[in-house]
Amino acid sequence: MDFFPHRHLLGIKGLSEQDITLLLDRADEAVKISRQREKKTSTLRGLTQINLFFEASTRTQSSFELAGKRLGADVMNMSVGNSSVKKGETLIDTAMTLNAMHPDVLVVRHSSAGAAALLAQKVSCSVVNAGDGQHEHPTQALLDALTIRRAKGKLSRIIVAICGDVLHSRVARSNILLLNQMGARVRVVAPATLLPSGIADMGAEVYHSMEEGLKGADVVMMLRLQRERMAGAFVPSVREYFRYYGLDAEKLKAAKEDALVMHPGPMNRGVEIASEIADGPQSVIEQQVEMGVAVRMAVMETLLLSQNPKLSENGGPRT
Amino acid sequence: MSQSIVLTNIRIIDPSRNLDEIGTIIVKDGAIIAAGKDASNQGLPDGIDVKDCKGLLAVPGLVDARVFVGEPGAEHRETIESASRAAAVGGVTSFIAMPDTDPVIDDIALVEFMQKTARDKAVVNVYPAAALTKGLAGVEMTEFGLLREAGAVCFTNGRHPLHDTLVLRRAMTYAREFGSVIALETRDKYLGAGGVMNEGLLASWLGLSGIPREAEIIPLERDLRVAGLTKGAYHAAQISVPESAEAIEIARKRGANVTCGVSINNLTLNENDIGEYRTFFKLSPPLRGEDDRVKMVEALANGTIDIIVSSHDPQDVDTKRLPFADAADGAIGLETLLAAALRLYHDGSVPLIRLIDALSTRPATIFGLDAGTLKPGAKADIAVIDLEEPWIVSKDAIVSRSKNTPFENARFTGRVVQTYVAGKLVHAL
Repeated sequence: MDFFPHRHLLGIKGLSEQDITLLLDRADEAVKISRQREKKTSTLRGLTQINLFFEASTRTQSSFELAGKRLGADVMNMSVGNSSVKKGETLIDTAMTLNAMHPDVLVVRHSSAGAAALLAQKVSCSVVNAGDGQHEHPTQALLDALTIRRAKGKLSRIIVAICGDVLHSRVARSNILLLNQMGARVRVVAPATLLPSGIADMGAEVYHSMEEGLKGADVVMMLRLQRERMAGAFVPSVREYFRYYGLDAEKLKAAKEDALVMHPGPMNRGVEIASEIADGPQSVIEQQVEMGVAVRMAVMETLLLSQNPKLSENGGPRT
Repeated sequence: MSQSIVLTNIRIIDPSRNLDEIGTIIVKDGAIIAAGKDASNQGLPDGIDVKDCKGLLAVPGLVDARVFVGEPGAEHRETIESASRAAAVGGVTSFIAMPDTDPVIDDIALVEFMQKTARDKAVVNVYPAAALTKGLAGVEMTEFGLLREAGAVCFTNGRHPLHDTLVLRRAMTYAREFGSVIALETRDKYLGAGGVMNEGLLASWLGLSGIPREAEIIPLERDLRVAGLTKGAYHAAQISVPESAEAIEIARKRGANVTCGVSINNLTLNENDIGEYRTFFKLSPPLRGEDDRVKMVEALANGTIDIIVSSHDPQDVDTKRLPFADAADGAIGLETLLAAALRLYHDGSVPLIRLIDALSTRPATIFGLDAGTLKPGAKADIAVIDLEEPWIVSKDAIVSRSKNTPFENARFTGRVVQTYVAGKLVHAL
């Protein structure tokens, strides 16, 4: 099997173009498995995957769960209620407890940046970051890349406009890293209050107008605006935000005719995206969900097989 | 008495007399009889140990104006005794203990407790700072007069910035009558809210909330205006950006009685040291960029910044082994203060005598302590230093009860080899 030189997937940072291509190629294969009638393989038979979610997330957690199950792993979900884990000791303590149960992979979501990296130092299995605060969400960026690559045939030299709350978005950070690594041109479009300090040096062209930012774009990637940030804190109101930054048919016209419309979900219809666009012909939002399972299969398979080389002889379909 | 000793052939730097020469230090009954090249002209007293200190340097024992101890309330992190032992290792012979304890040092009984404990257990001089406001809550003034009489050497709100300008004005006006220095650090309640590291590209990539430099500068400029208005003595305890040093300089030109300090961390480390969420580098004020660090060193060299503090702040595993944003601020620093500062001498950016001034003479002057000089008659608080000794900071060798040093495995050149407090040897390598 091809060499993947990482034990964990904590972020896109540190992945080479080859690493990303390997994961995407493998995810393409995994898509086929998910589309078969018989969806279960024995690739990871006998291995244990624990999903440790300190932050509620139905979508990501079920996507990881399904990915693990389709690979034949035993999957356990640990949803730690937010109230009981305000204190970070619980993070380490919970992780150590789980570690003693000999899992092979821990999938972690946490509200603090760096939480996955901290866990990775303490446990003896692979760790997959399923979102850590405002830092990174690598599998989301990979599934976005897979969706784009399957629609456009490539990632290099395409123009991707990432629009909305970049400041608080781990999805945006992972996407900026990945798309730059693969040679795409990245733009960010947002009011200045929703852009992080130093954004111009992060590998993205900065726009404050949707019309200019979307001009000639191949992909329009919308970000979710958290409800508590809508009224007065970062933007004056929902209606003002939608007026200037919500994606509607009029604004979408600035992009290429065949531009893809993406959203990591869950969507706020009428806030960052109009329903007619979300459900329209250019929307690939549902494909993103499908690609999510495939990408997560590819990630876990790659991490676990590169650590247990024997498995590829004994079990899985891959060589 | 063992509190008598003679150190010969030793380089002596005494900023209080602008002196840098090779000579002899004569200590009798805990006090300096003479220190300088002519000290032995009148012969040496009989029956005193004479140590040949060729190649070594003697300076007035360091004075650290900002040290957090865990006593009372968090003795598992640090006691007055353990902090004093760490201080001795670092050549620090006097330190000011911050009032951020549990209970807060805002009452004469607690000042007396600190002094009694220090007298009984500490191996160096420990001076309590009293809280400026009751419970450090920033609302009610404490009893400046009584606290001062009890032995508090200055008033501070410790880690807690003071937000209420009117409270500050009254406190400064009132404290002026008692000749007390008010030492504060500044952080805007709103602008700095939620921030955990320097604002900028690095924080953006790490997904951490930033603390803009203006969060320090804006309330500092406000405080400096209040200092001018009240004619009180104001000390900016820890500044981290060059604009703050400029503001101090401008206030001085306006005639305000203001001084300032900088943490050794902001002089020798920068935000890049945080790397991938290393919580031992989570500090307040935060580590800034390299350009800022360089300019802060310049401001120290030219005297705009008066003093260097260790900001020794012991934290336990349970407050540091957390995701970065959730971890406590602070790093220990007593043991590495001098060695880290010597980096600035070895790289040629700060003259040695200015460095010792900022670490000893100047803080003693600002806070009115009997320290910081090797003049005849002074208490014999002396740090003996080997300027060229190379060493590596090892976690196992740390004397402090807490091990949260940002200098773990750091390589230093120059080390304290002996520390004397009132002529008594309290540390020898």
